[in-house]
Amino acid sequence: MIPLSWYLVFAAALFCIGLYGVLARRHAIGLLMGVELMLNAANVNLVAFERYVVPNGLAGQLFVIFNITVAAAEAAVGLALIIAIYRSRNTVAVEEIDLLRG
Amino acid sequence: MTLTQIVFLILAGLALAGAVGMVALRNLVHMVLAMVLAFVAVAGIFILLEAGFVAVVQILIYVGALAILTLFAIMLTRDIMDRRVRANAAQWPWALLVAVALFALLSAVFLRTGWPAATAEITGDQVVALGEALVGPYALPFEAASVLLLVAMIGAIVVAREARR
Repeated sequence: MIPLSWYLVFAAALFCIGLYGVLARRHAIGLLMGVELMLNAANVNLVAFERYVVPNGLAGQLFVIFNITVAAAEAAVGLALIIAIYRSRNTVAVEEIDLLRG
Repeated sequence: MTLTQIVFLILAGLALAGAVGMVALRNLVHMVLAMVLAFVAVAGIFILLEAGFVAVVQILIYVGALAILTLFAIMLTRDIMDRRVRANAAQWPWALLVAVALFALLSAVFLRTGWPAATAEITGDQVVALGEALVGPYALPFEAASVLLLVAMIGAIVVAREARR
Protein backbone atom coordinates (compact mmCIF):
# COMPACT_ATOMS: atom_id res chain seq x y z
CA MET A 1 0.00 0.00 0.00
CA ILE A 2 1.21 3.48 -0.86
CA PRO A 3 1.54 5.83 2.15
CA LEU A 4 -0.77 8.85 2.03
CA SER A 5 2.22 11.17 2.43
CA TRP A 6 3.54 10.11 -1.02
CA TYR A 7 0.38 11.43 -2.66
CA LEU A 8 0.57 14.63 -0.61
CA VAL A 9 4.22 15.29 -1.49
CA PHE A 10 3.50 14.54 -5.15
CA ALA A 11 0.55 16.97 -5.15
CA ALA A 12 2.67 19.60 -3.38
CA ALA A 13 5.34 19.26 -6.08
CA LEU A 14 2.70 19.58 -8.82
CA PHE A 15 1.22 22.63 -7.08
CA CYS A 16 4.59 24.34 -6.69
CA ILE A 17 5.53 23.75 -10.33
CA GLY A 18 2.18 25.29 -11.32
CA LEU A 19 2.83 28.20 -8.95
CA TYR A 20 6.21 28.78 -10.56
CA GLY A 21 4.56 28.72 -13.99
CA VAL A 22 1.99 31.33 -12.90
CA LEU A 23 4.61 33.61 -11.38
CA ALA A 24 7.35 33.28 -13.99
CA ARG A 25 5.82 32.90 -17.46
CA ARG A 26 5.33 35.92 -19.68
CA HIS A 27 2.71 34.37 -21.92
CA ALA A 28 -0.86 34.67 -20.63
CA ILE A 29 -1.76 31.18 -21.89
CA GLY A 30 1.21 29.78 -19.95
CA LEU A 31 -0.24 31.45 -16.85
CA LEU A 32 -3.62 29.78 -17.37
CA MET A 33 -1.95 26.40 -17.81
CA GLY A 34 -0.11 26.90 -14.52
CA VAL A 35 -3.43 27.58 -12.79
CA GLU A 36 -4.85 24.35 -14.25
CA LEU A 37 -1.85 22.46 -12.87
CA MET A 38 -2.45 23.91 -9.39
CA LEU A 39 -6.14 22.94 -9.53
CA ASN A 40 -5.13 19.43 -10.57
CA ALA A 41 -2.79 19.14 -7.58
CA ALA A 42 -5.68 20.10 -5.29
CA ASN A 43 -7.83 17.43 -6.96
CA VAL A 44 -5.18 14.77 -6.27
CA ASN A 45 -5.22 15.78 -2.59
CA LEU A 46 -9.02 15.62 -2.40
CA VAL A 47 -9.22 12.13 -3.90
CA ALA A 48 -6.27 10.87 -1.80
CA PHE A 49 -7.76 12.15 1.46
CA GLU A 50 -11.13 10.62 0.59
CA ARG A 51 -9.56 7.25 -0.22
CA TYR A 52 -7.50 7.14 3.00
CA VAL A 53 -9.74 8.84 5.54
CA VAL A 54 -13.33 8.02 4.47
CA PRO A 55 -12.90 5.15 1.98
CA ASN A 56 -16.55 4.81 1.00
CA GLY A 57 -17.53 8.46 1.24
CA LEU A 58 -18.24 10.21 -2.01
CA ALA A 59 -17.73 13.84 -1.01
CA GLY A 60 -14.11 13.99 -2.17
CA GLN A 61 -14.82 12.68 -5.66
CA LEU A 62 -17.92 14.87 -6.02
CA PHE A 63 -15.86 17.88 -4.96
CA VAL A 64 -13.29 16.98 -7.64
CA ILE A 65 -16.01 16.75 -10.30
CA PHE A 66 -17.31 20.22 -9.38
CA ASN A 67 -13.72 21.45 -9.25
CA ILE A 68 -13.10 20.22 -12.80
CA THR A 69 -16.33 21.95 -13.91
CA VAL A 70 -15.15 25.25 -12.44
CA ALA A 71 -11.69 24.76 -13.98
CA ALA A 72 -13.25 24.21 -17.41
CA ALA A 73 -15.38 27.35 -17.06
CA GLU A 74 -12.33 29.31 -15.91
CA ALA A 75 -10.27 28.10 -18.87
CA ALA A 76 -13.00 28.96 -21.39
CA VAL A 77 -13.48 32.50 -20.04
CA GLY A 78 -9.73 33.01 -19.55
CA LEU A 79 -8.85 31.98 -23.10
CA ALA A 80 -11.67 34.17 -24.47
CA LEU A 81 -10.25 37.10 -22.50
CA ILE A 82 -6.76 36.40 -23.88
CA ILE A 83 -8.12 36.39 -27.45
CA ALA A 84 -9.99 39.66 -26.80
CA ILE A 85 -6.86 41.27 -25.33
CA TYR A 86 -4.82 40.08 -28.29
CA ARG A 87 -7.35 41.66 -30.68
CA SER A 88 -7.27 45.05 -28.98
CA ARG A 89 -3.62 45.31 -27.83
CA ASN A 90 -1.86 42.89 -30.19
CA THR A 91 0.07 41.25 -27.36
CA VAL A 92 -0.45 38.48 -24.81
CA ALA A 93 2.68 39.12 -22.74
CA VAL A 94 1.37 39.76 -19.24
CA GLU A 95 3.77 42.58 -18.38
CA GLU A 96 2.67 44.60 -21.41
CA ILE A 97 -0.99 44.44 -20.34
CA ASP A 98 -0.67 47.28 -17.81
CA LEU A 99 -3.58 49.64 -18.57
CA LEU A 100 -4.53 49.75 -14.89
CA ARG A 101 -1.04 50.57 -13.66
CA GLY A 102 -1.01 53.91 -11.86
CA MET B 1 8.72 -2.05 -2.50
CA THR B 2 5.52 -3.40 -3.94
CA LEU B 3 4.32 -3.26 -7.55
CA THR B 4 1.74 -0.57 -6.72
CA GLN B 5 4.43 1.65 -5.30
CA ILE B 6 6.57 1.22 -8.42
CA VAL B 7 3.57 2.10 -10.62
CA PHE B 8 2.92 5.16 -8.45
CA LEU B 9 6.52 6.32 -8.75
CA ILE B 10 6.47 5.90 -12.54
CA LEU B 11 3.19 7.84 -12.85
CA ALA B 12 4.34 10.56 -10.48
CA GLY B 13 7.62 10.87 -12.38
CA LEU B 14 5.76 11.20 -15.69
CA ALA B 15 3.40 13.81 -14.23
CA LEU B 16 6.22 15.86 -12.74
CA ALA B 17 8.24 15.58 -15.96
CA GLY B 18 5.24 16.85 -17.91
CA ALA B 19 4.71 19.67 -15.42
CA VAL B 20 8.36 20.74 -15.52
CA GLY B 21 8.26 20.61 -19.31
CA MET B 22 5.14 22.76 -19.23
CA VAL B 23 6.85 25.57 -17.32
CA ALA B 24 10.29 25.17 -18.93
CA LEU B 25 9.66 24.72 -22.66
CA ARG B 26 9.67 27.78 -24.93
CA ASN B 27 7.38 26.61 -27.70
CA LEU B 28 3.73 26.96 -26.68
CA VAL B 29 2.58 23.90 -28.63
CA HIS B 30 5.26 21.81 -26.92
CA MET B 31 4.01 23.24 -23.61
CA VAL B 32 0.50 21.97 -24.33
CA LEU B 33 1.86 18.52 -25.21
CA ALA B 34 3.81 18.42 -21.92
CA MET B 35 0.59 19.50 -20.13
CA VAL B 36 -1.27 16.58 -21.76
CA LEU B 37 1.43 14.17 -20.50
CA ALA B 38 1.07 15.56 -16.97
CA PHE B 39 -2.73 15.32 -17.02
CA VAL B 40 -2.76 11.73 -18.38
CA ALA B 41 -0.30 10.70 -15.64
CA VAL B 42 -2.51 12.37 -13.00
CA ALA B 43 -5.45 10.38 -14.40
CA GLY B 44 -3.34 7.26 -13.77
CA ILE B 45 -2.83 8.43 -10.17
CA PHE B 46 -6.63 8.71 -9.83
CA ILE B 47 -6.97 5.10 -11.05
CA LEU B 48 -4.41 4.04 -8.42
CA LEU B 49 -6.64 5.77 -5.86
CA GLU B 50 -9.60 3.68 -7.16
CA ALA B 51 -11.43 6.76 -8.41
CA GLY B 52 -12.11 5.49 -11.93
CA PHE B 53 -14.85 7.96 -12.79
CA VAL B 54 -12.70 10.94 -11.82
CA ALA B 55 -9.88 9.54 -13.98
CA VAL B 56 -12.20 9.29 -17.01
CA VAL B 57 -13.52 12.82 -16.38
CA GLN B 58 -9.93 14.05 -16.08
CA ILE B 59 -9.03 12.60 -19.49
CA LEU B 60 -12.26 13.81 -21.14
CA ILE B 61 -12.12 17.39 -19.83
CA TYR B 62 -8.44 18.14 -19.45
CA VAL B 63 -6.87 16.09 -22.22
CA GLY B 64 -9.84 16.15 -24.58
CA ALA B 65 -11.34 19.60 -24.24
CA LEU B 66 -8.83 21.83 -22.47
CA ALA B 67 -5.79 20.88 -24.57
CA ILE B 68 -7.73 21.46 -27.81
CA LEU B 69 -9.10 24.77 -26.50
CA THR B 70 -5.59 25.91 -25.52
CA LEU B 71 -4.23 24.92 -28.93
CA PHE B 72 -6.97 26.97 -30.61
CA ALA B 73 -6.14 29.98 -28.43
CA ILE B 74 -2.44 29.63 -29.30
CA MET B 75 -3.24 29.50 -33.01
CA LEU B 76 -5.51 32.57 -32.75
CA THR B 77 -2.78 34.56 -30.99
CA ARG B 78 0.02 33.31 -33.23
CA ASP B 79 3.57 34.59 -33.73
CA ILE B 80 3.65 36.41 -30.42
CA MET B 81 6.24 34.25 -28.78
CA ASP B 82 8.87 33.61 -31.39
CA ARG B 83 12.42 32.65 -30.51
CA ARG B 84 13.73 36.16 -30.00
CA VAL B 85 11.29 36.95 -27.20
CA ARG B 86 11.99 35.97 -23.62
CA ALA B 87 9.65 33.26 -22.31
CA ASN B 88 10.04 34.15 -18.64
CA ALA B 89 9.30 37.38 -16.84
CA ALA B 90 12.11 39.30 -15.15
CA GLN B 91 11.08 38.06 -11.70
CA TRP B 92 11.52 34.36 -12.51
CA PRO B 93 14.35 33.71 -9.96
CA TRP B 94 12.05 35.00 -7.20
CA ALA B 95 9.23 32.83 -8.52
CA LEU B 96 11.55 29.80 -8.43
CA LEU B 97 12.61 30.66 -4.88
CA VAL B 98 9.00 31.00 -3.69
CA ALA B 99 7.97 27.73 -5.36
CA VAL B 100 10.92 25.74 -3.95
CA ALA B 101 10.44 27.22 -0.46
CA LEU B 102 6.73 26.41 -0.48
CA PHE B 103 7.46 22.85 -1.62
CA ALA B 104 10.07 22.38 1.12
CA LEU B 105 7.64 23.67 3.75
CA LEU B 106 4.72 21.55 2.54
CA SER B 107 6.70 18.32 2.21
CA ALA B 108 8.33 18.82 5.62
CA VAL B 109 4.85 19.11 7.16
CA PHE B 110 3.47 16.17 5.17
CA LEU B 111 6.34 13.84 6.04
CA ARG B 112 6.25 14.62 9.77
CA THR B 113 2.52 14.26 10.27
CA GLY B 114 1.14 10.85 11.18
CA TRP B 115 -1.47 10.05 8.52
CA PRO B 116 -3.97 7.19 8.70
CA ALA B 117 -2.26 4.28 6.99
CA ALA B 118 -4.52 1.25 6.69
CA THR B 119 -7.76 1.77 4.81
CA ALA B 120 -10.89 -0.25 4.30
CA GLU B 121 -11.64 -1.78 0.92
CA ILE B 122 -13.96 0.05 -1.44
CA THR B 123 -17.29 -1.74 -1.45
CA GLY B 124 -19.91 -1.54 -4.17
CA ASP B 125 -19.91 0.32 -7.47
CA GLN B 126 -18.68 3.88 -6.96
CA VAL B 127 -19.92 5.11 -10.34
CA VAL B 128 -23.50 4.10 -9.49
CA ALA B 129 -23.18 5.75 -6.08
CA LEU B 130 -21.76 8.93 -7.64
CA GLY B 131 -24.60 9.09 -10.15
CA GLU B 132 -27.21 8.64 -7.45
CA ALA B 133 -25.54 11.28 -5.27
CA LEU B 134 -25.53 13.80 -8.13
CA VAL B 135 -29.30 13.56 -8.61
CA GLY B 136 -30.03 13.07 -4.90
CA PRO B 137 -28.33 14.99 -2.08
CA TYR B 138 -26.03 16.89 -4.46
CA ALA B 139 -28.70 17.91 -6.98
CA LEU B 140 -28.54 21.61 -6.09
CA PRO B 141 -24.75 22.01 -6.55
CA PHE B 142 -25.07 19.94 -9.74
CA GLU B 143 -27.63 22.37 -11.16
CA ALA B 144 -25.55 25.34 -10.02
CA ALA B 145 -22.55 23.85 -11.85
CA SER B 146 -24.59 23.52 -15.05
CA VAL B 147 -25.73 27.15 -14.77
CA LEU B 148 -22.09 28.15 -14.20
CA LEU B 149 -21.03 26.27 -17.34
CA LEU B 150 -23.79 27.93 -19.38
CA VAL B 151 -22.85 31.40 -18.12
CA ALA B 152 -19.15 30.74 -18.81
CA MET B 153 -19.96 29.49 -22.32
CA ILE B 154 -22.09 32.53 -23.20
CA GLY B 155 -19.56 34.85 -21.58
CA ALA B 156 -16.67 33.32 -23.53
CA ILE B 157 -18.58 33.69 -26.81
CA VAL B 158 -19.49 37.33 -26.06
CA VAL B 159 -15.94 38.25 -24.96
CA ALA B 160 -14.14 36.52 -27.82
CA ARG B 161 -16.55 37.59 -30.58
CA GLU B 162 -15.26 40.18 -33.00
CA ALA B 163 -16.98 43.52 -32.52
CA ARG B 164 -19.24 44.43 -35.43
CA ARG B 165 -18.64 47.90 -36.72
